[in-house]
Amino acid sequence: MSNLVKLLLFVSVVLATPAQAVLTIEITQGIEGSLPIAVVPFGWSGKTAAAPENIAAIISADLNRSGRFESLPDRDLVAHPSTAEQVKFQNWRMVNVDNLVIGQIEETGEGQYAVNFELFDVFRGKRLTGATFPTSARDLRRVAHHISDLIYETLTGERGAFNTQIAYVTSSGSSKNRTYTLLVADSDGYNPQTILTSKQPLMSPSWSPDARQVAYVSFENKTSEIYIQDVATGSRRKLATFKGINGAPTWSPDGSKLALTLSRDGNPEIYVMNIGDGALTRLTNSVAIDTEPVWAPDGESIVFTSDRGGSAQLYRVPARGGAAQRLTFDGQYNAGADISPDGRKIAMVHGGGGSYRIAVLDLDSGLLRILTDGQLDESPSFSPNGSMIIYATGAGNREVLSAVSVDGRFKQRLSLQAGNVREPVWSPFGK
Amino acid sequence: MKLKLGSFIVLALLVVITGCSSKGDVKDGDVAIEDRGTDADGAVASGATGGSDFSSGSLDDPNSPLSRRVIYFEYDSAELTDADQELLTIHAGYLVANPGQHITLEGSTDERGSREYNIALGDQRGLSVQRILELNGVAPEQVTVVSYGEEKPAAEGHSDAAWRLNRRVELVY
Repeated sequence: MSNLVKLLLFVSVVLATPAQAVLTIEITQGIEGSLPIAVVPFGWSGKTAAAPENIAAIISADLNRSGRFESLPDRDLVAHPSTAEQVKFQNWRMVNVDNLVIGQIEETGEGQYAVNFELFDVFRGKRLTGATFPTSARDLRRVAHHISDLIYETLTGERGAFNTQIAYVTSSGSSKNRTYTLLVADSDGYNPQTILTSKQPLMSPSWSPDARQVAYVSFENKTSEIYIQDVATGSRRKLATFKGINGAPTWSPDGSKLALTLSRDGNPEIYVMNIGDGALTRLTNSVAIDTEPVWAPDGESIVFTSDRGGSAQLYRVPARGGAAQRLTFDGQYNAGADISPDGRKIAMVHGGGGSYRIAVLDLDSGLLRILTDGQLDESPSFSPNGSMIIYATGAGNREVLSAVSVDGRFKQRLSLQAGNVREPVWSPFGK
Repeated sequence: MKLKLGSFIVLALLVVITGCSSKGDVKDGDVAIEDRGTDADGAVASGATGGSDFSSGSLDDPNSPLSRRVIYFEYDSAELTDADQELLTIHAGYLVANPGQHITLEGSTDERGSREYNIALGDQRGLSVQRILELNGVAPEQVTVVSYGEEKPAAEGHSDAAWRLNRRVELVY
């Protein structure tokens, strides 16, 4: 009996581990004027009592998380249609929703499913789009995110970014015995997968443009080194192990090069490395700090942080080399840039007055806009459709992630139940 | 980074010297590439670097100035005080007298600002210390600089008191 109890305890601990690592999302600031939508729980035909995933709940949460929609709570659903014939538009007009999503999940074989959805315009009484996806149990959540993307794109005209991933770093334990972990999760925080664990710091993850590989910095050999790792297989390659700093890797848009920071010549400078043969081109040459290179989406230029003017500011240099041009003039400290997918905005850590916040510089107007109100906000990363910025922030004595819409109106927090989470990077659309 | 004019000139001279000796910035094919296969979670810390192939009482003597092995810095600065430079001269004397001894300079910052910028700032702090050691005759191969930026704070917390303790270079023999 006691052995059985021990066994059960052991199993529960093991089973609890992945669940604890899930990032939970809490919307901290909503917006007026988001579009009301009803997502009806999908119909189910299969051998079990209920479908293995609540597809409608995943879609509702995705749409709410975008800040552009507000889905009707389940208790306010006036009917539960799962086919077009069952839809009575006047019911939905009465509860003032603009759009309606219905669907069905059918078990087509052992662990095999067909997921069908339809999107309606309630006021015009018209079907807008729909599709059927054959899938396996493992990919049901991905299918739900893909449906969210299709609904989002149909209704907003902008590509959805729900079926994407985020990479991030966690740390736990005391200063004498700390564990660092590099993880990849779905954009809603589910399905976290550890891709590296170390007793020494892990830093600066960066996605390859096809979203299959991650470059990062590891101190596992008691010095900084840059690796690139295949997310699916776990196989990795050590790319930079020079004397001094090997830091801040970011992938060129064509996937053939990394921009990085090396201090092998006695001072932190920006270099570009060919991933194929390791050939290096040095882009900066100053006695100041030059670091944190990021590529413009056209691959023609690189934005980086330098304190050559006396404090940390952002500069831009042609990717093939040339003179650097200063981009930021507002505030004492602007660093850690990320460039929007359309190349027209730069997100950064903006410091001054004792606080560090996320700001966005609009390159067309030259206006800098502060989006967040934390004390120690850092590591901004654009969603691949450019609508949201995910970043790291403090909450009490813990580090958590937050996301903010590019207009600053909509905010949400992503936190672990325990430990610190930092350095989020949103994946490209990929594949 | 805020350097006084004096240290700026020393730095500029060093850049000129190292710039001449390295001759050109782009070297093809000098990248060590190692295929680590599929050891995705095999990041296991290695043993301590550096030799302990000599014996000396003074490093272990808590009353010796050599027992003082942390140098602290002002916010966003890699500048050393006169007192720090004096202490480093004593460490340099020990290293010159013990040419087989190696030292690692671990540079760190407080948590404010972006992480890779802090790696660069911690590196500059380590390099400031290295410069004083080498100006006092320590051989370059005796010294390694590693910057941990804000990744390994000595003190937890988000206060001025914690930040002051975290802006540092640790001298690790």
